[in-house]
Amino acid sequence: MQRNAAAPQPAPDADGLRRRVRDLLDAHDPATTPREEFLRARFDAGLAWVHFPEGLGGLGAPRSLQRVVDTELEAAGAPDNDPRRIGIGLGMAAPTILRYGTEEQKKRFLRPLWTGEEVWCQLFSEPGAGSDLAALATRAVREDGTGDWVVDGQKVWTSSAHVARWAILIARTDPDQPKHRGITYFLCDMTDPGVEVRPLRQITGEAEFNEVFLTGVRIPDSHRLGEIGDGWKVAQTTLNNERVAIGGGRVPREGGMIGKAAATWRERPELRTHDLHQRLLGLWVEAEAARLAAIRLGQQLATGQPGPEGVAMKLGFARLAQEISGLEVELLADEGLTYQDWTMVRPQHVDFTGRDAGYRYLRAKGNSIEGGTSEVLLNIVAERVLGLPGEPRTDKDVPWKELAR
Amino acid sequence: MSAATTGHARTTAPAEQPVPDLLYSEAEEDLRSAVRSLLTDRCGPAAVLARIETGRPYDPDLWTALGAGMGAAGLLVPESLGGQGASAREAAVVLEELGRAAAPSPYLTSAVIAVEALLSTGPEEGTETAALLAGLADGRSTAALALPWSTAPGSRPAATVRAGDGAALTGTVRGVADAAEAGTLLVPAEGPGGLGLYAVEAAAPGVTITPLVPLDLTRPLADAAFDNAPARPVAGPDRAEAAIRRALSAGAGLLASEQLGIAEWCLTETVRHTRERHQFNRPVGSFQALKHRLAALWLDIVSARAAARNAADALATGSPDLPVAVAVAQAHCSRTAVRAAEECVQLHGGIGMTWEHPAHLYLKRAKADATALGTAGRHREALAGLVDLPAPSH
Repeated sequence: MQRNAAAPQPAPDADGLRRRVRDLLDAHDPATTPREEFLRARFDAGLAWVHFPEGLGGLGAPRSLQRVVDTELEAAGAPDNDPRRIGIGLGMAAPTILRYGTEEQKKRFLRPLWTGEEVWCQLFSEPGAGSDLAALATRAVREDGTGDWVVDGQKVWTSSAHVARWAILIARTDPDQPKHRGITYFLCDMTDPGVEVRPLRQITGEAEFNEVFLTGVRIPDSHRLGEIGDGWKVAQTTLNNERVAIGGGRVPREGGMIGKAAATWRERPELRTHDLHQRLLGLWVEAEAARLAAIRLGQQLATGQPGPEGVAMKLGFARLAQEISGLEVELLADEGLTYQDWTMVRPQHVDFTGRDAGYRYLRAKGNSIEGGTSEVLLNIVAERVLGLPGEPRTDKDVPWKELAR
Repeated sequence: MSAATTGHARTTAPAEQPVPDLLYSEAEEDLRSAVRSLLTDRCGPAAVLARIETGRPYDPDLWTALGAGMGAAGLLVPESLGGQGASAREAAVVLEELGRAAAPSPYLTSAVIAVEALLSTGPEEGTETAALLAGLADGRSTAALALPWSTAPGSRPAATVRAGDGAALTGTVRGVADAAEAGTLLVPAEGPGGLGLYAVEAAAPGVTITPLVPLDLTRPLADAAFDNAPARPVAGPDRAEAAIRRALSAGAGLLASEQLGIAEWCLTETVRHTRERHQFNRPVGSFQALKHRLAALWLDIVSARAAARNAADALATGSPDLPVAVAVAQAHCSRTAVRAAEECVQLHGGIGMTWEHPAHLYLKRAKADATALGTAGRHREALAGLVDLPAPSH
């Protein structure tokens, strides 16, 4: 078929995407092409995230078609970009840069982000600003003359900071404004002088998170994302995307933590007790109902009826993970009294279901805290889904510098 | 690497399940609107409260409008046998709305359970069974499966009725839902060759229906006693057991949709009440303790909807996963409906304890539904066998 190169091409459908995947595989045999080279070629072919614009890793296709591409490439044995290792970049930095970034920023950052050549972390939470994130105290002051920003403060719970090349950062640029209004959003170079990353050893013994100390860190104004003082609005994009990452549709039964407990139950009849049997069956039912709810959410998203159920998924996941892993420790009896390894390691990625039952039990405690505590999410459901009135607020219109801390 | 991370080969639980359609189609939403609009006009809480005190909670005009007028009674019956040729997915939507209205209606017992029992006998056109089905399908008559309402699918009910010479029945069945309203009773009875299913006209000589005082006033119960009552066999030992199992399975699977409707009404009403009710100079719904309870209830309802839809879809598609889908739906939705109704009473405060407020209709319905067609615990026990999580042997 003759094509007019100048005319804008319509977004490809599933068959069009399959053709593009075949073209990519023909030009870059996964068996012989180095991993990063293949990933760069995939990005340039618009097959990284198909719903992104052309030239930025996508083709403007419906997001639901990404699965088509992923399935074909997986079947062909193509390398993936290890999304677990670069989850913060993919899930949080990328959609925010896409929405608020300048053309230069998008061109500069999205490709190495997607290929994993540059890992991202998120400098949001602070020791005094967790659930009340907008109370943050890290300061960014603009320098006369250069126009650079000079940042001082401390961040906490920073996953991947020890391997990250870049960070998304929110900092206070106007303490005279109420707390939500004086914040600005930056892209921070983690290799700059003044950035110090210290491991934060956790309940599990390992250091999956870090503390990040920022002392006189200089950030050029070209690495500001969005308008000065608009950082809270920009951060909402990041935070909303944090909870959207629910895969839809093809979760296998017993696909999560319940599978581990069920497998142990089947293989170790000597461990069975009547009490544990009752609890296991109850949790199996809840896990299956949660799996079905995730499928339903995926089907809603695919037909363009996104619901607020994503928040429900996160809440339900946290509670189930905690209950199931708690049951596992008891089920394993003497084995449950031991722990695999308390060595402080700094893992490359988060693994909720890896290691042993004791680790799973301890790590799952974080599921109801990270990404929004269950209490905050319940408030969100109550106010935004059910329409219940908010708690009375005393901090909304008060300049940040006058708030009690 | 520890033993727990090496990945165990599973024996029987399959890794990949058929992907069910858990959404509502446009046609299903249209059906919902029509049923809801009818129930809003004709079956408001005040009307239900007034009727339940008469001892005859069913409004025959409402049943005619729903069953015959809208064709709801025949949804599960093929067109060749006089029905609508729809599926359990549509029937589930009707039941969601009936649950939302706490509507007294023989829909579940007649249009679902009795119809499924008769369909499972393999009725051929022109037979008496086909005629009976046609009558049920157009809502002219109703039928009830004569088993105690607590009977779980898959459990073999005690044979309390015997079929003697000429198929005359003798014996008693306790606690049959909607028996007093049914024109025909479908009675499992031990005959000469084993368990059979028999049709008995409720008005026939030798049939005594004794109403009980039910916990749930919107779904009356009665004992059905047979003293040499004339009956017609509809399924012999070769088919009766499977027919009863299928009927109870469909009943339990679709009861989950009724339970979903109950839970949704309870949540919606409680949210409305807590937004309007002021104490301590604030709407009580602004207090976090209440907000979190309501949000947690919403969370349960999200998965209850998925579980109920899954059971309806499994029934509609004849999925091999049906027994698991039904057990999961009952185990989850029973609990959710009861919790929603209990929260509804509690969060309404004193008004929730009164007879005038409809909250008690939903609490009674939810609690009775949680016992009907197998408790949540019975369904969890069934799962133990279905998904290979056996009980301790010691």
